[in-house]
Amino acid sequence: MNRTLAQTLLHVALLAGVVLTLTPMLWMLSASFMSLGEASVFPPRFLPEHPTLEHYARLFTQLHIGRYFFNSAITSVLVTVIALLVNSMAGYAFAKLRFPGRDRFFRALLAAMVVPAQVTMLPLFLMMKNLGFVNSYVGILIPGLASVFGIFLIRQFTMSIPDSLIEAARIDGASEIRIYRELILPLLRPILVTLGLFTFISTWNDFLWPLIIMKDDSMYTLPVALANLSGEHEQDAELMMAGSVITILPVMLIFLLFQKEYVRGIMIGGVKE
Amino acid sequence: MKRSVGHLNAVRYSAYLFLAPALSAIALFFVVPVLAALVMSFTDFDIYALADFDMLRFVGLRNYAELIDNPLFWKALSNTFYFVLVGGPLSVVVSLGAALLVNARLARFKSLFRTVYFLPVVTTLVAVAVMWRYFYHPRFGLLNYMLSFVGVDPIDWLGDPGWAMPAIIILAIWKNFGYNMLIFVAGLQNIPDQLYEAARIDGAGFIQTFREITLPMLAPTTVFIVVITMIGYFQLFAEPYVMTQGGPLYSTFSIVMLMYDQGFRWWDMGYAAAVAFVLFFLILLGTIVQLRIQRAAMT
Repeated sequence: MNRTLAQTLLHVALLAGVVLTLTPMLWMLSASFMSLGEASVFPPRFLPEHPTLEHYARLFTQLHIGRYFFNSAITSVLVTVIALLVNSMAGYAFAKLRFPGRDRFFRALLAAMVVPAQVTMLPLFLMMKNLGFVNSYVGILIPGLASVFGIFLIRQFTMSIPDSLIEAARIDGASEIRIYRELILPLLRPILVTLGLFTFISTWNDFLWPLIIMKDDSMYTLPVALANLSGEHEQDAELMMAGSVITILPVMLIFLLFQKEYVRGIMIGGVKE
Repeated sequence: MKRSVGHLNAVRYSAYLFLAPALSAIALFFVVPVLAALVMSFTDFDIYALADFDMLRFVGLRNYAELIDNPLFWKALSNTFYFVLVGGPLSVVVSLGAALLVNARLARFKSLFRTVYFLPVVTTLVAVAVMWRYFYHPRFGLLNYMLSFVGVDPIDWLGDPGWAMPAIIILAIWKNFGYNMLIFVAGLQNIPDQLYEAARIDGAGFIQTFREITLPMLAPTTVFIVVITMIGYFQLFAEPYVMTQGGPLYSTFSIVMLMYDQGFRWWDMGYAAAVAFVLFFLILLGTIVQLRIQRAAMT
């Protein structure tokens, strides 16, 4: 086949993929600015006739979306900070500190990843109920505190740090905690950014556990609130589109700003055998 | 370098110290709940037990026996298998196709295309499910409108029991393909150029090269992708919860929905725990089968 023709066909296919990928999202954005009822007409409109912010205003003034946004933000930030600390300590230990049975133990942890989180949720809910953590930020962040994936990511990255560096610090008399804090953590910075992005985005997007643990309207995170609103306001397409935009926008912006760091996590996760 | 025993002990104790927070969290909030769920699945844990643990009785395998007698369980099971066995392979094929396109030698703006294709992955599932409900609207939806130009009559995507699961599969493919695409791209870039060079010298065509070199070299990547996709797809919940509530006529009702309904709507938690363990068992079985196939193919 002629090279120019092949290249043209390839780019037609690539552009078709872009259209298929972006159309739903662009329509969501556009419909969120349409006036009431405009997204439910035939033939469908692609652009609002008179762009309006009324749905965004209504979400914030009448439907408390600011509160849900705050709940999502605070839980995602808290989980991210704690998970970074806890997983980086464990990942470092699995990579660099010798103790009996270390590698066998680590493989057992990896194998535990086939247990779906749903299995834990019934007893975990009872546990949270007895501790009084239903409807609280503590309850929502408990399952995200430590993750096998996070420990794995840190361990893989830490293994590339030369042992001689750590050995030298020990000879200089540095304590193990100081080695971790002043030598290892700065070197781990790139992978901490990656793990932080993964944790933040997945916590922000999480649905089932927040749905179970947040029973009170004022404690809903954005996805739970949105699922709830979409039942009550099914006819208000424009309003629901505005709510979806508010939910998606923060994670999408964070991804676009840090995509290189995010993709590194998939690459490290994807090469594991 | 010679190391003293005291030094080794210091390293070992600091290892335990560093592991303590993560491992105690995993033990308390993962291992204990998994074991508790197993015990629970042999009890009649219900709303009365929720108020007073003394009401709890061991019932042996009764929950599992009741599951087998429950037609809704079989419906949920077959729907979940539909989603896993049709949606899973389709997702993997679309990911591979996209990876071949964005990684093609002749392609320009590769990283831009990769980024765009990846965008749906980071979006919030609940929000895109809400949005796709309108996208699928039989009268006003954009999808039927676009299909009308290629002569397709309007489809009642979410209202027709025959179309609801395909609609959820299409959404899932759209949402997820970018993730596996990136893993496939990494796999493709690990195939040595000399292999393609040799194939070209031998006069192999595009299709032959793909079958004889690309696919076999991608086999380990593909097994990994199939396993993680399958594990994820067995956990189908948010899409039907938001878009169809499991309907119409229970055509999109999944195993996790059954667990959620029984456990957190009717507080029949012993029964729900049995459902959760069926899910676990299926995922475990699926993973073992995949790894067996891989090992058999290697030798």
